[in-house]
Amino acid sequence: MRKKTVRSWLGFSALILAAIFSAAGAAFADSRSPDLSPTNIFAPDSTPAHSIFRVSMFGLEVEGAIFVVVFSLLAYAVVKFRQRKGDDDVEPAQVYGSNQMELAWTVLPVLIVVVLFLSTAQVIHRVQDAKRPDDAIQVTVTAHQFWWEYSYPQYDFVASNELHVPVSDPQHPTPTYLALLSADVDHSFWVPRLAGKTDLIPNHPNSMWIDPQETGLFLGQCAQYCGVQHAKMLLRVYVQSRPDFDRWVHEQQQPAVSDPSVAAGRAMFQAKLCFICHTIRGTPAAGKVGPDLTHLMSRDTIGSGSVPNTPENLRKWIRNPGTFKPGSLMPPQDLTDQELDQIAAYLETLR
Amino acid sequence: MASESIPLTLHKNPLSVVYEWLATVDHKKIGIMYIVYALLFLVVMGIEAILMRIQLAHANSTFLSPQVFDRLFTLHGTTGIFFVAMPILFGFGNYLVPLMIGARDMAFPRLNAFSFWMTALGGLILYGSVFAGGPLSQAGSAPDVGWFAYAPLTSPAFSPGHSTDYWTLSLLVAGVGSIGAAVNFVATILAMRCEGMTLGRMPLFSWMNLVMGGLVLVTISPLTAAQIMLMVDRYIGGHFFDTDAGGSVVMWMHFFWIFGHPEVYVLIIPCFGFVSEIIPVFSRKAMFGYPAMVAATVSIGFVSLGVWAHHMFTVGMPSYGNAFFVLTTMVVAVPTGIKIFNWLATMWGGKIRFATPMLFCIAFLFQFLIGGLTGIMLATAPFDWQLGNSYFVVAHFHYIIVGGILFTIFAAFYYWYPKMTGRMLDETLGKWHFWLFVIGFHLTFDFMHVPGLLGMPRRVYTYEANRGWQSWNMISSIGAAVQAIAILIFVYNMVQSYFKGAPAGNDPWDAWTLEWATTSPPPDYNFAMVPAVQSRRPLWDIKHPEDPDWKYE
Repeated sequence: MRKKTVRSWLGFSALILAAIFSAAGAAFADSRSPDLSPTNIFAPDSTPAHSIFRVSMFGLEVEGAIFVVVFSLLAYAVVKFRQRKGDDDVEPAQVYGSNQMELAWTVLPVLIVVVLFLSTAQVIHRVQDAKRPDDAIQVTVTAHQFWWEYSYPQYDFVASNELHVPVSDPQHPTPTYLALLSADVDHSFWVPRLAGKTDLIPNHPNSMWIDPQETGLFLGQCAQYCGVQHAKMLLRVYVQSRPDFDRWVHEQQQPAVSDPSVAAGRAMFQAKLCFICHTIRGTPAAGKVGPDLTHLMSRDTIGSGSVPNTPENLRKWIRNPGTFKPGSLMPPQDLTDQELDQIAAYLETLR
Repeated sequence: MASESIPLTLHKNPLSVVYEWLATVDHKKIGIMYIVYALLFLVVMGIEAILMRIQLAHANSTFLSPQVFDRLFTLHGTTGIFFVAMPILFGFGNYLVPLMIGARDMAFPRLNAFSFWMTALGGLILYGSVFAGGPLSQAGSAPDVGWFAYAPLTSPAFSPGHSTDYWTLSLLVAGVGSIGAAVNFVATILAMRCEGMTLGRMPLFSWMNLVMGGLVLVTISPLTAAQIMLMVDRYIGGHFFDTDAGGSVVMWMHFFWIFGHPEVYVLIIPCFGFVSEIIPVFSRKAMFGYPAMVAATVSIGFVSLGVWAHHMFTVGMPSYGNAFFVLTTMVVAVPTGIKIFNWLATMWGGKIRFATPMLFCIAFLFQFLIGGLTGIMLATAPFDWQLGNSYFVVAHFHYIIVGGILFTIFAAFYYWYPKMTGRMLDETLGKWHFWLFVIGFHLTFDFMHVPGLLGMPRRVYTYEANRGWQSWNMISSIGAAVQAIAILIFVYNMVQSYFKGAPAGNDPWDAWTLEWATTSPPPDYNFAMVPAVQSRRPLWDIKHPEDPDWKYE
């Protein structure tokens, strides 16, 4: 009766474990899909992310094997060496130790550590010490509380919050190198499908590189707590074909559109002191505190990716950024409805 | 061996009882005060956690403002490390170490009391911040800089007011208490063991407290130094961390993590001690590999001092710097694994009794194994470039802190509550507590790994709906509610058993170390006659005169 109960219990647990493992396996088969999440680290699309993925998978296999072995021993011990009902009170044989066992389970883990360390060190070197090719695109990323500034020194313009890079052909890679700076506190640039994260630290320039192999939009966000709106400091990386990228660069290099029908709004922008924080190239506005607005309408979002760039959202943002990002460093603007309409109409011409 | 205690205090006047506790220098009373203090803060940090989990259950939730959320996670982390985990472990250590080594008290009873009250004051300072903000006084609200308070977020420019100073001062004060407690542990264990108890014969829990004490003495100083530098920067014109003036914020990280990593070993090592006392008793076998366990613990103590920059893999250290810390972090896993194998070998061939303390220890083994393996994943720096500062890390360290440390603390409660109060905790309630807590723990923290793998960073008051993180967050939040119910059952058990629990007697578990050789609770003087021992398990020798340990050790 006793043995039957134990066997059926064991059988039941085995069934549960099999169910869990197959579910895990099925989930894992899907786990590499970017459909599971646009920021899935197991859906790499750039060499650094691929390298990380490969070494992580190797590590997971080793760690998984260790888990299976040790867990099986634990489960076996818990079942086999239970005190049964009706057992006498005689204590079991007292075993104080075994030098051979200690040696075995010291040497084997040390060997595992050596293997893991060597495979890891190789990837660290390959990613961190990769030499920048001469034709790499260079972008200087400056992180602010709570937005991203992208300066393209090779093309002499500054964009904000939406990063555009050309797609890279794995046979003839055209990577983009990002120099990472901070204007205030610590931040971190994390677009999981393209690379691991690297921090942006004041007075401590860093660099990273990506070579995305598919066009499309890649998402991410700041990954180092930087203050009250850390959660909404989102990243959008637009990977474009080379012709599309070149066209975007050309558009961004132009000074701001100067539409005479919104002259009232342009004047209001100066009068209401927006220029203190914002730059609009081709006008006197040259503020560096907030994002560059020269081509605001070329962006899909405002508020560093947190809100779609629609006329209604733009108005709400200007009136009070705290509607979307409470604690944002842009203060609410004291504007009448007419002043707000004029400024918004002006901004909406800045394609 | 005393089988009856003679109460030294005959007063029952409430005021004199209060004074007795406030003025006590007795290690047992101080131990209980540490434990009760920590339990109160455990409930507080649990409430903080529940509030955060409610906020995170839905994308773009507006249950909490970002300002409140940021204060909650700062308080939750700071409270958990400094005002729950450290005091509760100092409490158990204070109570048990003198009993286990056959001493009448700690080496420095007044330093002991002083250390407790300093720690207690630290907690009051931190939570004073909650009440000091706003209209009451303009001193500033609770800190919101995270428990590791990275510069330059803590500079006056980015943290105006005094909220950061509450963080700094509370930990400075508590740090003094920690140093005092550590001095006491080291001195007591080295100098006050009873006759026959060589270092090689003292209980493993005592060894663990010795290593923990040494580690505390080394590791608190960098934190204190960093905090003094921060105060200098904030108030008297220093520029240690002021990058505009050539200061370095990376230096803060180094100072903090040189403290912060050994600190987590300070927390886990006494818990290894709980497990090393409980598993043998409930397997009915001597601890397997005692010398290896000692050697492994001492190695962990030393190596843990050299791994700190694995918290900084994304900061931009050169490749060889990163590689060095990968190596040391993986190396520290080796002695840790050795301990797991020795506990397994202790259970092997035994007659395992599944009383509540043992249930918590078995769950610990399972969870510590997993937490250790996710730690190895994080140690592979490239993987950490993805997973660092994400919810994978949050899941990993909660696996260790809750699944490892808290589970063993529960085991310690069920095991030693009878000794401290003279009454058994209810086994049925204990099993309810255990199973509910296991279910809640795994719901919350197993599934918490997934958002990390899917790109969710930590310390975010909300997240976008299109990231695919919401269902996982919802499951984690449900698990938190289940854990809360389990904790309530535990608290109820402790209160009810104090008045109605079955009398425990001296040795309810049929155990082998000296604390079980005196009454429950022990008299003020612990032992009527100071015992002499001949082996690691003096009570085994007495119970088995035909087969004593000293023949085989």
